[in-house]
Amino acid sequence: MKKIFTIVFFLTALSLCAQDDLMKELEHSQKPETNYITQTFKGTRIINGQSVETKGKGELEFIFSHRFDYVNTGSYQVWGLDGYPAVRLGLEYGITDRLGVGIGRNFYYDNKMEDLYLRYKIARQSTGAKNFPVTITGIGTLTYQPYPNAKDAANNNIPNPSTNDRLAYVAELMIARKFSSKFSAQIAPIFVHRNAVDKTFENNDDIAVSFAGRFKFTRSLSLIGEYYSRMNVHANSPYYNSAGVGLDIETGGHVFQLLFTNSLGMNPNTIVTKTEGNINNGDIRFGFNISRTFQLSKRK
Amino acid sequence: MILVGIVVAFLAHAQKFTSEKTYIKFFSDAAIEDITAENAKSSSIFNVSTGDVVFSIPIKEFEFEKSLMKEHFNEKYMETEQFPKSTFQGKISGYQPSVVGEQKATAIGKLTIHGETQDVQIPGTMINSNGVLTMKAKFIVKLVDYKIKIPQLLWKNIAEEVEVTVEFNYKPL
Repeated sequence: MKKIFTIVFFLTALSLCAQDDLMKELEHSQKPETNYITQTFKGTRIINGQSVETKGKGELEFIFSHRFDYVNTGSYQVWGLDGYPAVRLGLEYGITDRLGVGIGRNFYYDNKMEDLYLRYKIARQSTGAKNFPVTITGIGTLTYQPYPNAKDAANNNIPNPSTNDRLAYVAELMIARKFSSKFSAQIAPIFVHRNAVDKTFENNDDIAVSFAGRFKFTRSLSLIGEYYSRMNVHANSPYYNSAGVGLDIETGGHVFQLLFTNSLGMNPNTIVTKTEGNINNGDIRFGFNISRTFQLSKRK
Repeated sequence: MILVGIVVAFLAHAQKFTSEKTYIKFFSDAAIEDITAENAKSSSIFNVSTGDVVFSIPIKEFEFEKSLMKEHFNEKYMETEQFPKSTFQGKISGYQPSVVGEQKATAIGKLTIHGETQDVQIPGTMINSNGVLTMKAKFIVKLVDYKIKIPQLLWKNIAEEVEVTVEFNYKPL
């Protein structure tokens, strides 16, 4: 009996061993593959600014953002919620998995701004056959300031700027690395050129560097943060560096970002050049971005 | 006995088949939307003389209709960065290499999905024609058996079990 048991045991072991060897043989026969890292960030936005992410081919993303009044307005104003919010309504479309185009309308009283941008993923972080440490995305944005139109200008006795004077250009180069499935970080140099500024307190050309990160708690919940450091601040600038923290919550087709920031800007021009909240005074706003993605054309 | 085993093992080398064309489909039939994904990048080796068979399935190669489905599948359900492959290691039982044409057979062994291994028996069909071998099977995978959790926040748009269809074509190695 013992002998039979030993033989059976031995044969079973031999058989399992054979399958393991076969599995090894299978693995050896496979060509080394390049494994592209995806989902460095959950959405195309981190707080106010852009991330390295692009939409998939044929995807249309609708982004709906609000920034409420300052939290330090107190309980009577429900910590800013009663105030008139700054709003951005935006659409972004994935032409390919790496090339996207977006458009947005920002409004807050008379501060209106239209933004139009092209986004291209230049390089993808990868491991395996082709190893590359970071994902790099370039974004070129054109902003147009519609206010004041001819009527507003006449009514308020202010100059009516030419089309050229209403335009600004922004170039951003996002460099991000997903260090682990939990932690991602991004650094981005940003250049803003505005055709018309008040030279007593503003520059035509502004340079900033943004730092952003994500820490994932669960499959659906992440902590996100972002900071813009301006490099050539005008001596009389009344503005501040933009900062923000928030929670990124994903529920299938929607991404909810609940955040606190000192900035009204939801386009790169306003973020860099017109962040008016002084964090030291508690000038912080509550806000949200809600993103909904629709697949317009099927992948197959 | 051992000697025989060794001899068989040596002879068996010539009896190995490797996958040439592979196709795996899964289908989830749920209230809100049906989800189908296909994968043509798997691989397999089948040792006809011993019956030993192994499969390796790269999870990120499942292609979906919508980009977001693929993203959720990899990030939320399969945790692909942590578990990049599904495997099957086992034996094909009931296959007669000498019989030409179609016959029933059963794959018995260990199926690993999402890092969880289960003992399974999958009935299927083997088609032997002119040295080319085709393996076909259709079976149900229960997400709970492989600790694939449906995130609480995600809308209930995926079924708790999915139907898997497998079709592999083999040629001698």
